[in-house]
Amino acid sequence: MSATLRSFDVTVIREDFPILKQQVHGKPLVFLDSAASAQKPRAVIDAMRHVMEAQYANVHRGLHYMSEKTSDAFEAVRDKVAAFINAASRDEIVFTRNATESINLVAYTWGRTALRPGDAVAVSEMEHHANLVPWQMLRDAHGTDLRIIKITDAGEIDFDSLEQVFADGKVKLLAVTQMSNVLGSYTPVERLAKFAHERGAKILVDGCQAIVHRHVDVQAIGADFYAFSGHKLYGPTGIGVLYGKRELLEAMPPFMGGGEMIGHVTYEKSTWAKPPFRFEAGTPAIIETIGLGAAIDYVRGIGFEAIAAHEHELTEHALATLGNIEGVNIIGHAQDRGGVISFTMRHAHPHDIATLLDRQGIAVRAGHHCAEPLMGRMGVTGTARASFGMYTTPEEIDALAKGLLRIKQVFA
Amino acid sequence: MSDPYQALIVERHKHPLHAGRPAQFDAEGEGANPICGDKVHVYLRRAGMDVHYEAQGCAILSASADLMADAVAGKTAEQIAQLSRDFETLLTTGRENPALGGLNALAGLAAYSSRIRCATLPWSALAEALHHV
Ligand SMILES: Cc1ncc(COP(=O)(O)O)c(C=O)c1O
Repeated sequence: MSATLRSFDVTVIREDFPILKQQVHGKPLVFLDSAASAQKPRAVIDAMRHVMEAQYANVHRGLHYMSEKTSDAFEAVRDKVAAFINAASRDEIVFTRNATESINLVAYTWGRTALRPGDAVAVSEMEHHANLVPWQMLRDAHGTDLRIIKITDAGEIDFDSLEQVFADGKVKLLAVTQMSNVLGSYTPVERLAKFAHERGAKILVDGCQAIVHRHVDVQAIGADFYAFSGHKLYGPTGIGVLYGKRELLEAMPPFMGGGEMIGHVTYEKSTWAKPPFRFEAGTPAIIETIGLGAAIDYVRGIGFEAIAAHEHELTEHALATLGNIEGVNIIGHAQDRGGVISFTMRHAHPHDIATLLDRQGIAVRAGHHCAEPLMGRMGVTGTARASFGMYTTPEEIDALAKGLLRIKQVFA
Repeated sequence: MSDPYQALIVERHKHPLHAGRPAQFDAEGEGANPICGDKVHVYLRRAGMDVHYEAQGCAILSASADLMADAVAGKTAEQIAQLSRDFETLLTTGRENPALGGLNALAGLAAYSSRIRCATLPWSALAEALHHV
């Protein structure tokens, strides 16, 4: 680990997250729902407060001090994001509201111009609705085909199925998650990118979950598009990112029309700005973008090596501990997996588990996790899900296990 | 705030008194929650307002259906409509109401607005059944 990085101490990390001191129903908060949205460190809160208190105006428009300063701070985040995911250029970074908007942007603009009716988009069985529904909408509006790549029972991409789906050469886009928000599986995105490219297809990677836990290098992956949300990466809501290779973005028409995204406007017609501005119509989420910049600084300051090592220990501990509780069934057993663990429990419905854990101050999520078809694929109607962040402790996992044992007694 | 999983709820979930499809019934109704996939099917015998049900879902859903069957037995359709309104008030305010008897065990749900639908689902299924008789 490099000397500039802080050595990893979870109790010190926790001090950075003010909300972790809260009590819920008179018990210390045990927050095991970071995959839905992560808590925010003081650095992010302070950065956003600072913008509003000391350095705020609209960006790219005013010829005055505050606007210049705010534009600089805002655009500096584009550089930060580009460096964070190793994009070749800052112009490949488009700010959106969230990953959902990023994927919809690609489906709507690239999908309707680069794809022709009869071309196919392939997604896996374990996609979040955000990487399924936009392709269904494109299919219905534009006549493209939508194909589903099977996963194995362990929760890994089934390469035989992948071959089959691509066999007739019609697939022009592989849209796939880098980490399942239900099963915790990572997908081999480098291998998938190579596979797609060898067959003349592009690849869109949904990095929402993975980018929180691992260092991401879009060039090493070979991603054509990469999408993620700020709020899962310890940043604020309302800011997301779409990375797109320059030549792809340049060929794409705008998503929405309005200010910022134009070159020249007359009453009759307009020309479009270059990427990324072409895709950023209207006043952006200025405060949130600056908050995302602070989140990236914070995460880089700790370093993915340390974060990944800590989370790996947590995951191993959780799999062993929960796996030992008779009646608990963990859904998904991928070799390469992270700190997102879905489970069911005999005699206890996921919603009952979540509410009963909440009584003990423990926050988990229950339901289909925006992956309804995947529930059917795994043979369940829903699951309870515990997910970890860099601030999660082994003691919190023990608290979860204890909570589950109590629930088991209630329903036994 | 009262516990949403009082002993009576757990008891009725584990050992229901009115679960199962009866051999004879006059009307039936279904309640489904697309958000969680939970379902309840209610069977009504007009004589004595005898209610049975089949539930697929959480403990709140099945206990609520079971307690509902207790509460509506022997009542008129108008009385049931009133009970249903009182029950909804209980779930939103958390204030117990003697007229509701055992249903008061669900008062703790007032703190869990996302779970209220689990408790009201059997009542919408019953309303549908009543509509058909
Ligand atoms: C894998 C995955 N993709 C996409 C999304 C959508 O993220 P957002 O709601 O921030 O757009 C999520 C969030 O739950 C996710 O986990």
